Amino acid sequence: MTEPGLLDILSFGPGGWGQALALGALMTILIAVAGFLIGGVIGVFGAWAKIAGNRPVRILADGYTTVLRGIPDLLVIYLFYFGGSAAITAIGHWFGAQGFIGFPGFLAGACAVGVTSGAQHTEVFRGAFRAVHQGELEAATACGMPRMLRFRRIVAPLTLRHALPGLGNVWQVVLKESALVSVTGVVELMRQSQIGAGSTGLPFNFYAIAAALYLAISSISSLLLQNAERRFSRGMRRT
Amino acid sequence: MSASLSASAPVAVSISDLHKSFGPLEVLKGISLQAREGEVVSILGSSGSGKSTLLRCINMLEVPDAGSITVGDETIALKSLPNGKSRPADRRQVERVRSRLGMVFQSFNLWSHKTVLENIIEAPIHVQKRGKAEAVEEAEALLAKVGIADKRNHYPAHLSGGQQQRAAIARALAMRPKVMLFDEPTSALDPELVGEVLRVMRNLAEEGRTMLVVTHEMGFARDVSSRVVFLHKGAIEEEGTPADVFGNSKSERFRQFISN
Amino acid sequence: MDFAFAWETLVSLLAAVPLTLQLAASAILLGTVLALLLALARLSGIRPLDWLARLYIFVFRGTPLLVQIFLIYYGMGQFPAIRHSIVWPLLREPYWCAILALMLNTAAYSAEIIRGGLLSVPHGQIEAARASGMSSFLVFRRITLPLAIRQALPGYGNEMISMVKATSLASIITLMEVTGTAAKIISETYRVIEVFVVAGAVYLLINFVLTRLVGLIEHWLSPHLRQPRPITSLSQGEPA
Repeated sequence: MTEPGLLDILSFGPGGWGQALALGALMTILIAVAGFLIGGVIGVFGAWAKIAGNRPVRILADGYTTVLRGIPDLLVIYLFYFGGSAAITAIGHWFGAQGFIGFPGFLAGACAVGVTSGAQHTEVFRGAFRAVHQGELEAATACGMPRMLRFRRIVAPLTLRHALPGLGNVWQVVLKESALVSVTGVVELMRQSQIGAGSTGLPFNFYAIAAALYLAISSISSLLLQNAERRFSRGMRRT
Repeated sequence: MSASLSASAPVAVSISDLHKSFGPLEVLKGISLQAREGEVVSILGSSGSGKSTLLRCINMLEVPDAGSITVGDETIALKSLPNGKSRPADRRQVERVRSRLGMVFQSFNLWSHKTVLENIIEAPIHVQKRGKAEAVEEAEALLAKVGIADKRNHYPAHLSGGQQQRAAIARALAMRPKVMLFDEPTSALDPELVGEVLRVMRNLAEEGRTMLVVTHEMGFARDVSSRVVFLHKGAIEEEGTPADVFGNSKSERFRQFISN
Repeated sequence: MDFAFAWETLVSLLAAVPLTLQLAASAILLGTVLALLLALARLSGIRPLDWLARLYIFVFRGTPLLVQIFLIYYGMGQFPAIRHSIVWPLLREPYWCAILALMLNTAAYSAEIIRGGLLSVPHGQIEAARASGMSSFLVFRRITLPLAIRQALPGYGNEMISMVKATSLASIITLMEVTGTAAKIISETYRVIEVFVVAGAVYLLINFVLTRLVGLIEHWLSPHLRQPRPITSLSQGEPA
């Protein structure tokens, strides 16, 4: 049997891996988006805690960011995957099931990515809030805007403007981190190329294609982000 | 001031037909100038007149497009490039000439990671290959001369603007230069600090140093220099002794310039 | 929380710390050399060199480290030419593959940090050095590089911490550093929380020490940014 060439691998036909790889890439994006959104929510709370919280809340937030910036992401993924599995297995045994029940890899991966990126999101939002001119916030208070309205109409949009570059960086990190989720068995791009490499005995080809696909997703993301930055920065004075 | 200067003192710096353009803008349109040993030449002009560029061509921080520069008995060899520009033909020659010139910048440019003393001994040790003990001894004397001996172990960031500039002057003097070049030495200083720097420069002039000074300080130009040159749009508009130039200037533009 | 178990785990993990440190230190040292070359290539003004460096940085920063590790550890073996070359004994070992991948990866990030440092040196101070007759090499050695290092140090410290965390990926290609050992203990005992806490603590300790060291170096290199010590009569020289 002749060794499949590069184009054969990429083809979408029966012998080709094109479809599988495309689905893998899609899964990668899904995990990354899920993790990014979870991290975003955590980040908003974390930033709020650091900016406006009382002492114990601030210490908690500081602890969270310090710990999560100091430990490997892989360890957090293991925590959620094995930990989740242990929990589910225990619950299952309580209901009479046998053996090991695996926690869904996608969920474990998304949560892990969410928790680790949450620390970065916290710093991005905190820095972005500090960059907002306090005068603009004061003006909103001065015209009698209640807190919730002020947050929705003034604070959030202004902070978001300054946060965009930082968020772009976090997205790129999250995208690459999604590759680690492959250890849970989820078939995203990394795992799919592993499967292909094992099946055809052509590891270099598959991993090279995977690398190219990651670069493609990353570059397209960058372009979209630049676009968004330009739109959001209408009227912003370049300091 | 230096009225008794002999006209036969050797020429320290000679600039001949200097041309320099930045893109489409011609900044120097054929300048010729000579400074003899012991002369203090003040170069005046409004912004855009090319006076800083002229000074910076002397030590090749800018490379003239055409013309020649001679320091002492050495003419800097230039090589013309296909795009009409030039560059120095011999890197070593430029370094050698530079080590015989002392330059004082508008923004002092002291090396921020070194103490004042370290700033002063840096070039004597590493460029002129003098021994450390000798360099330190001379540096201490120079620090005393410019009046900041107690700041020797301080870092530039801890000094006032006037102190930094005096340190920069000491740094230039440490090279035992034949000619001192001053590029608007007091323009970046708060008004109350200008005096201490002008005092040091005045002392240097009285010692007989050869100095080329680009400046806005009319008092210095009138009282301390032996010659004044007025540049306008890249050409020498007026040149002569302070008495001639400030007393009977032939140029209407110059009279307008000093009245502002 | 079973403290006996936690203690046992701690002992096992501490035994794996040297491997983690070896991987990180080797990658950082080798990576720095490559990073300096890349930064200089980008600043050289020579178009092809700049583009080559940019391509390298783009690829290594845009792809996951895991892919890079797999490409080297698994991918290189695909080519008979490499399998029969003299580097094969090295490339066959997970240890050297890990160091190679980590080094290539950190070089891409560090190159940008170094480049930023070099660009941040105030132009006036470089001019003053040239005006004193220093050769380009002397200017670089005495003025540009020292100032660039001081500027780049905080960013570089962060990159070093990233490298320590990145060594955890070596566990995926069978190396038993801290994360690998922790994963093994978890898969044997299912005591996830305890192992996670101990492993996390070990990494936090390493990074804490690293941060302190970098802080110390920063402090040592930046007397010019702090308040001057008051002049006592003992340190005063002869009257001016």
